[in-house]
Amino acid sequence: MAIENALMTFPMAFPLVSLFAVTLILLPLVGVICCFLMPRISRTLGLFTSFANVISVAGLGWQILEHDSYRHAVGGWGAPLGIELYADGLSLLMLATTAIVGLAISVYSTAYFKPAAGVRFWPIWLCLLTALNTLFLSEDIFNLYVTLELLSLSAVALTALTGSKEALSGAMRYLLASLLASLSYLLGVVLLYHSFGSVDISILTQQMQAPSATLATATPAVWAALGLMGAGLMLKTAIFPLHFWLPPAHGSAPAPVSALLSALVIKASFYILLRLWFTLFEPLVDSQAINSLLGLLGCTAILWGSVQAIRQTRLKLLIAYSTVAQIGYLFLIFPLAPNMGSLAWNGVAYLIISHALAKSAMFLCAGNLLRFGGHDRIADLDRVVQRLPLTAAAFALAGVSIMGIPPSGGFIGKWLLLEASMNQGRWDLVAVIVIGGLLAAVYIFKVIGYTFIPAKVTHEAHAVSARMQWSALLLAIGAVLLGFLSLPVLSLLNISDATITSGVGL
Amino acid sequence: MNWNAWVPLLVVISSLLPGLIIFSLPEDKVRLRITLNLFGALIKFLLVGLMLWGVYNGFHYEIRLPLLPNLELVLRAGPLALLFVTLSSILWLVTTVYAIGYLEDSPHRSRFFGFFSLCVTATTGVALAGNLITFLLFYELLTLATYPLIVHRGTEEARQAGKTYLRYTISGGALLLIGTAWLYSLTGNLEFTPKGFLTNMGEEHYPALITIFILLIAGLGVKAALFPLHGWLPQAMIAPAPVSALLHAVAVVKAGAFGIIRVVYEVFGVEFSATLGVLTPLAWLAAFTIIYGSIRALYQDDLKRRLAYSTVSQVSYITLGVAIAGPIAAIGGVVHLVHQGVMKITLFFCAGNLAETLGIHKISEMNGVGRRMPWTMAAFTIGAFGMIGAPPIAGFFSKWYLGLGALNTDQSWVIFVLAGSSLLNATYFLPILHRAWFKTLPESWPEEHDFGNKETTWTLLLPPLITAAMALTAGLLVTMPFSPLEWAKLISAREFYQP
Repeated sequence: MAIENALMTFPMAFPLVSLFAVTLILLPLVGVICCFLMPRISRTLGLFTSFANVISVAGLGWQILEHDSYRHAVGGWGAPLGIELYADGLSLLMLATTAIVGLAISVYSTAYFKPAAGVRFWPIWLCLLTALNTLFLSEDIFNLYVTLELLSLSAVALTALTGSKEALSGAMRYLLASLLASLSYLLGVVLLYHSFGSVDISILTQQMQAPSATLATATPAVWAALGLMGAGLMLKTAIFPLHFWLPPAHGSAPAPVSALLSALVIKASFYILLRLWFTLFEPLVDSQAINSLLGLLGCTAILWGSVQAIRQTRLKLLIAYSTVAQIGYLFLIFPLAPNMGSLAWNGVAYLIISHALAKSAMFLCAGNLLRFGGHDRIADLDRVVQRLPLTAAAFALAGVSIMGIPPSGGFIGKWLLLEASMNQGRWDLVAVIVIGGLLAAVYIFKVIGYTFIPAKVTHEAHAVSARMQWSALLLAIGAVLLGFLSLPVLSLLNISDATITSGVGL
Repeated sequence: MNWNAWVPLLVVISSLLPGLIIFSLPEDKVRLRITLNLFGALIKFLLVGLMLWGVYNGFHYEIRLPLLPNLELVLRAGPLALLFVTLSSILWLVTTVYAIGYLEDSPHRSRFFGFFSLCVTATTGVALAGNLITFLLFYELLTLATYPLIVHRGTEEARQAGKTYLRYTISGGALLLIGTAWLYSLTGNLEFTPKGFLTNMGEEHYPALITIFILLIAGLGVKAALFPLHGWLPQAMIAPAPVSALLHAVAVVKAGAFGIIRVVYEVFGVEFSATLGVLTPLAWLAAFTIIYGSIRALYQDDLKRRLAYSTVSQVSYITLGVAIAGPIAAIGGVVHLVHQGVMKITLFFCAGNLAETLGIHKISEMNGVGRRMPWTMAAFTIGAFGMIGAPPIAGFFSKWYLGLGALNTDQSWVIFVLAGSSLLNATYFLPILHRAWFKTLPESWPEEHDFGNKETTWTLLLPPLITAAMALTAGLLVTMPFSPLEWAKLISAREFYQP
């Protein structure tokens, strides 16, 4: 009887869901330490950690599906004193995307990096994974700052990994932008803490939305916090015109690193922006002006990024500018969400996931082509379709999603955004979304067209391992298959605390 | 478990699956590849036959899969869908045989046949789509699947042609997307319904609906090669002959024309479109395209380019038949979908045979070719006479019903268009026939391949003979049940007379 009782009470004391959540944070952290201690088997450790990470996310997802959104007070100390972990549909989707893309990139990296470079790559990559997982599970703005800082530093270190002059200058620019952004965000956190005496998002939200705290009492300090945190996060997300650091950093990093940066790292800061915007800053930004401005930046990013991508002659830079353009789509949520909550919200979430899959696939393809031909000049791609059919297929499939052509995840996202814009009569946004798709077609097919025709050969071709080709292809297939999975994905997304997404009418 | 629901999906999968397997085959597995190709084509053919039989006996074939919140992926075998899917499944079988012969020993066949299968998958999906979003999905897939076929030869010229093709079709797809999304946000419905689903819309929505109509027709008109959106078609002639056959007769152009039929009949409804006043401009545009295409065809010396402009002209008969807005013209328009397909594919097969066997690409090189390749040219002659509209070949009946329908709705100007177009058709086809049959043979052919005492291999010869025979049969047995014309009558009756 006693044992039975103990078994009955055990899950109450430490429920399974917490086990998974804590594992998600500790597992990669332990991986980092092990990699430092045993550099010789760091490759195996990295691969194992990525794999275990996928399982933990699956476990967390299973638990959240059973019990709805989840809150955990670390060490038994809840807010306002301690640190709280929180997971809902959105964080689960981000964690899942991170886990899947991360696993594919890990598999790719086992073949990509030579042992000497790998020793440096694996611990930093696991460090980045720790930061991402913790970030998506965090519920207070200071904790988010810490994870953001850890994330940026690991990202910068990864960018500089090759040590080439180009990579170092790209990484330096990235570092400076990143530090500036973190500082700005931190200042905002300090101001909020000073005003409200808490850093927990839900407590802050309650205080801001309390009847007494109307816009009139929103002190200059709160407005300043909004501006500083918003600007910092936007700089990290590389929205136009704050994108200057992105193309050199993403273009010069090793392929798997570029994939990580484009697919996951910039999404993390956007995720924080999204969380803050529609919870604690919601009463402030209800005014149309700020949201319109962000929407305008998004539109400009789509057009400017696409045009720049078309003008590039090097594949990796083309893909990097394409990222600049695709970030623009995400910012369309700000003008659309206040009225068409769930449509815009769903659309943007869908774009985040499908872009993560498609863009990482593209960068991995670029890595394959670079290894194969020794260069990434688009006009000299030389019959890649025949010589690296899997890579060509991966690039094309990922391109389908980026262009937003059905059937693909990108199409579902764009369709939802189109619907939201039309229902609001925002024809300007409709036009930008469609034109963005057309411009994307121009730069994607610019690459694909050259993969069919012969070019003069400057380098001897090197073999590309099957692992590198398949991990790119599977990611791209995933981006396309997302086009058929909208119902399960969107129903996951809608699991949330009422307080967290009340602003978007869910 | 309702097995009937799965049949439409199986029809789509029957070419998708072999296509995906073929991609992964090494180049030298010729026999396995051929088996897979023919197996898929045969299965599709049998399944379509099953659906024909089933629909005739009152079975309902429909599958709905979730795609988006409140929007489903719907595949349904209605009469109109069956007409098109039967056409494409039969012609695909024939084209596959032809392509196997045509591409013998050429490189990259796995890639070619993979995309070839994807192309037909998309066409089948376009045919069976039960709502506009499903249609859009397969329509875009078709664009993507045909691109590698057009650039297949991998020359700079092919790349340029592919670029032009994409410039047109992707823009068209974008227009179609805007139209579809707009329609959905306005009505919350995209389901293809006989007589359309917009009848209840109030007058305040008319301007928006007219704009949507224009957007949709423009998006579809790109593939249907409606003037001024036809520019990609002659350029795409750079592709190998089986691809041209596929583009012109089975897949791309037909998907556009078929989409126009769908939009007018089953989204807007003929009556409602007439109320909006959008059909008369469409009829004028179609009529202009018919004459314009014919005139441009006159000036082409390249055989395939002449055929391409002929397609521009002929496909607009379908649009014209729809836009005249009368039951009899509708029969003519819808049946021309089939008739033009069968005749045009014959002509392209023959052009391919001339190029492969004798290296003939230009009309000026065709002197006396009828005596060197009598069977090929016999098939060509049947196709050409069908295009001109000579009875008893299928093409005559399309024009006959179009003309009758125009008179029936008091639009006698159409008669002049038809007469003028027939005259022009004769002007650009008869000289070819005259050259081929009556001029003296040249000393040597541009690039002759030796096939012993046969005029060419049987895989190249059989397909045009079969399709030419089909064009004849469709004309001779026009009143038999299951003939294309009878199906067209059924479709027209459903649109115009049923309550």
